[in-house]
Amino acid sequence: MTTSVAAVPVDAAAEWPLWEVFVRAKAGLDHKHCGSLHAPDAKAAIQLARDVYTRRQEGTSVWVVRSEQIVASDPADKAMYFDPMEDKVYRHPTFYVLPESVNHI
Amino acid sequence: MTASIALNLTPDVRYVLRIADTCLVHAQRMSEWCGHAPVLEEDIALSNLGLDLLGQSRALLGHAAELEGGGQSEDSLAFLRDESDYFNLTLVEQPSRRGGADFADTQLRCLFVAAWLAPLWQGLSASRDRELAAIAGKAAKETRYHLEHAGDWVVRLGDGSAESARRMQAALARAWPMVAELFDDDEVDTAAADSGLGPRASALREPWLAIVEPMFADALLALPPDTAFRSHGKRGTHSEHMGYLLAEMQHLQRAFPGGVW
Repeated sequence: MTTSVAAVPVDAAAEWPLWEVFVRAKAGLDHKHCGSLHAPDAKAAIQLARDVYTRRQEGTSVWVVRSEQIVASDPADKAMYFDPMEDKVYRHPTFYVLPESVNHI
Repeated sequence: MTASIALNLTPDVRYVLRIADTCLVHAQRMSEWCGHAPVLEEDIALSNLGLDLLGQSRALLGHAAELEGGGQSEDSLAFLRDESDYFNLTLVEQPSRRGGADFADTQLRCLFVAAWLAPLWQGLSASRDRELAAIAGKAAKETRYHLEHAGDWVVRLGDGSAESARRMQAALARAWPMVAELFDDDEVDTAAADSGLGPRASALREPWLAIVEPMFADALLALPPDTAFRSHGKRGTHSEHMGYLLAEMQHLQRAFPGGVW
């Protein structure tokens, strides 16, 4: 038996908006981006983030933010923005001689 | 085929099994959504809720097996009883995804049961049975989340589109005849309340209303008037849906006795 699946037209306006999810593993650590999900509003987004991303005790706190609110650098600018740092090793603090007493911090 | 087990059903065992079976059968119905929920995120959420309930049921069944004293286990109690030895509320065995029910039935039922479990766990946390009190203490946190999640959905659908409101109203009409049973007392309730095991069913009605009524106001829903109809799942007399549910739930253990992962 063969089944054919008809393409379902997606009404973009009826889709739930996309949210980015940030989870803090434990107190004192940063919230880390861990993925995204669709949700109808902020409260539902928090609940669903809890259900989707903290099922295995990954978190003690979640943040969500509308994906469209995030401003990102343009991938086309990657060479201009980030390549010039390649040969600037002096910006790494590796050329200082530390006193023996603090060398093992 | 493995034969069914026979149990020594003292009032204490019955009381614990009523709660355990309500959680177990509710979880079984929730599990039917796995892979079928309207969106991926809610699919995972419903499975989480179902697994919470299954965990509560496992703890209670294990404890019921100890109280029963005949060498049963949580598995034998879950899978090897006959229909009339299950004492869940009739509400939770009703169809939740198939058989004319839909997502609104599931969320509404989840709210109704969570609003019933919340004061029950609270009452049980003062039980003379310390293990039962410990199980209730852990479960209460899970139930608080169920209340929030299902309550938000009931409000969202009840006060949503014309279609979602129509479906929530229809779900309410289907569920309501079975709700009276949540608060019906019998001799098992009286024995439990008198001996300090746990609250009687009728004591849960006021706290249940205090939770559900504000949510219904937000959802633009009204609690229907009471009717004379009474269901009796907690006494082992079930609706026509229970046999099919048990056949599906018990099939593997009956066909492959003692099978494990």
